[in-house]
Amino acid sequence: MYSEKVMDHFSNPRNVGEIEDPSGVGTVGNAKCGDIMRMYLDIDDNGIIQDAKFKTFGCGAAVATSSMATELVKGRTVTQALEVTNKAVMEALDGLPPEKVHCSLLAEEAIHAALWDYAKKNDISIEGLEDPVK
Amino acid sequence: MIYLDNAATTRVSEEVFEAMKPYFCEQYANPSGIYSFAGRSMKAVDEARRSVAQLIGAQHDEIYFTAGGSESDNWAVKAAAAFCQKKGKHIITSKIEHHAVLHTCQYLEKQGYEVTYVDVDACGVIKLDELEAAIRPDTILITVMAANNEIGTIQPLREIGALAKKNGILFHTDAVQAYGHIPLDVDALHIDMLSASGHKFHGPKGIGFLYIRKGVRIGSFVHGGAQERSRRAGTLNVPGIVGIGAAARLAAASLQERQEQETALRDYLIRRVLEEIPYSRLNGHATDRLPGNANFCFRFIEGESLLILLDQQGICASSGSACTSGSLDPSHVLLALGLPHELAHGSLRLTLSEETTREDIDSTVDAVGRIVERLRSMSPLYEDFIKQNRKREA
Repeated sequence: MYSEKVMDHFSNPRNVGEIEDPSGVGTVGNAKCGDIMRMYLDIDDNGIIQDAKFKTFGCGAAVATSSMATELVKGRTVTQALEVTNKAVMEALDGLPPEKVHCSLLAEEAIHAALWDYAKKNDISIEGLEDPVK
Repeated sequence: MIYLDNAATTRVSEEVFEAMKPYFCEQYANPSGIYSFAGRSMKAVDEARRSVAQLIGAQHDEIYFTAGGSESDNWAVKAAAAFCQKKGKHIITSKIEHHAVLHTCQYLEKQGYEVTYVDVDACGVIKLDELEAAIRPDTILITVMAANNEIGTIQPLREIGALAKKNGILFHTDAVQAYGHIPLDVDALHIDMLSASGHKFHGPKGIGFLYIRKGVRIGSFVHGGAQERSRRAGTLNVPGIVGIGAAARLAAASLQERQEQETALRDYLIRRVLEEIPYSRLNGHATDRLPGNANFCFRFIEGESLLILLDQQGICASSGSACTSGSLDPSHVLLALGLPHELAHGSLRLTLSEETTREDIDSTVDAVGRIVERLRSMSPLYEDFIKQNRKREA
């Protein structure tokens, strides 16, 4: 039911782990619906995402979308990272089964949550970014 | 491959397959025919009917062949509701029934019936005091499964049957998981109707039956012919019926031995998992459970991930997690036990057969242990748990 890319990112997830003293960290989802995603970002002084890591509790699609999302934001600027939408994650994974589309939304939210944390810590505002937990 | 999903379906045994074979290309007659060629098919059907009946202490003419467990459940519940509606429109069932019963009850609620869904205890045993308290003058049917398909808990059928009998209420049991695996006697347990399915005990798919006690006059469900004493129309599925009959004969001959063997292996599996994998729990009753059923929850991880990784190791298992069936809700059975959502999402059901070996179990426990550890290493819930523990220690 999953594409080869989803299976690859689930079986060999990229960037699993934590970042100590991250520039931003965000956790989204809840145990009730069965998916929790946490994303850590290391952002340099120029606003470029040097590293991204994740931890995810969830199904195969949740792990794969987290993995792909971290790949897509690495090396990007903060503004570019906002362009990593759920659609972009889904396309990069060659699609998701309809009942798993919410996982890609969660990945987008996780990026936003981590960026929001970064913005708050540095007292800056990122254009187009709203508090994802609101 | 290690196959540990025998609650989903079983392998058709060679003997059953051999018994069925002549009824496709050689003895293919419609048993309803008048000629002797048809008579030979009818004879095979009759023999199968007797074998199926014998296993539950029923009469052969109390067995009605159907297309399987879901049809039998639908028939029993809907036809009993229709038949008894002059007396009342109240049905009692449990919260952990198979969806073939639960969804049928929900359908009847839309038709103006009232249904009480009785709670189970933490082990999945129906609360008899609540069941008794739910009985009303307009209660027409009690339907409670013999053993649960997810957690394997065996229900106190004797007590439920006695309550039903005392109050003059029909008693139906979904015995799809229990038939052929544990002893069942329709008279001793006061069962009026019983559903079973062939493929759960090494028979073929697409065949099942409903036992209807003589004198219980519920109507037919499939209209259109005089088959099954005019109660279930449709040309008889002769190969299927021969198959379920052969499977019932084999099951009867080996029941006790199989029960002992599977129970020993199951308990070995349970012991190893609980001892070796931290933060694991057994779901269902420790002893009053189907011989082949083990169901676990592993904290901090999700079931589907575990199943896919097990599949990559060649192990076929299933989960209580409805995630796999396209729904996002965790198992209604695990929630009924009182488990929190987070835990209910991380369940694993392993169901054995007499073909399961100790080596299968050893390899599976090793694989489960490795995979659970790996999934925890990437779980934010586990990360939080470890950090909290560290804080507490500091």
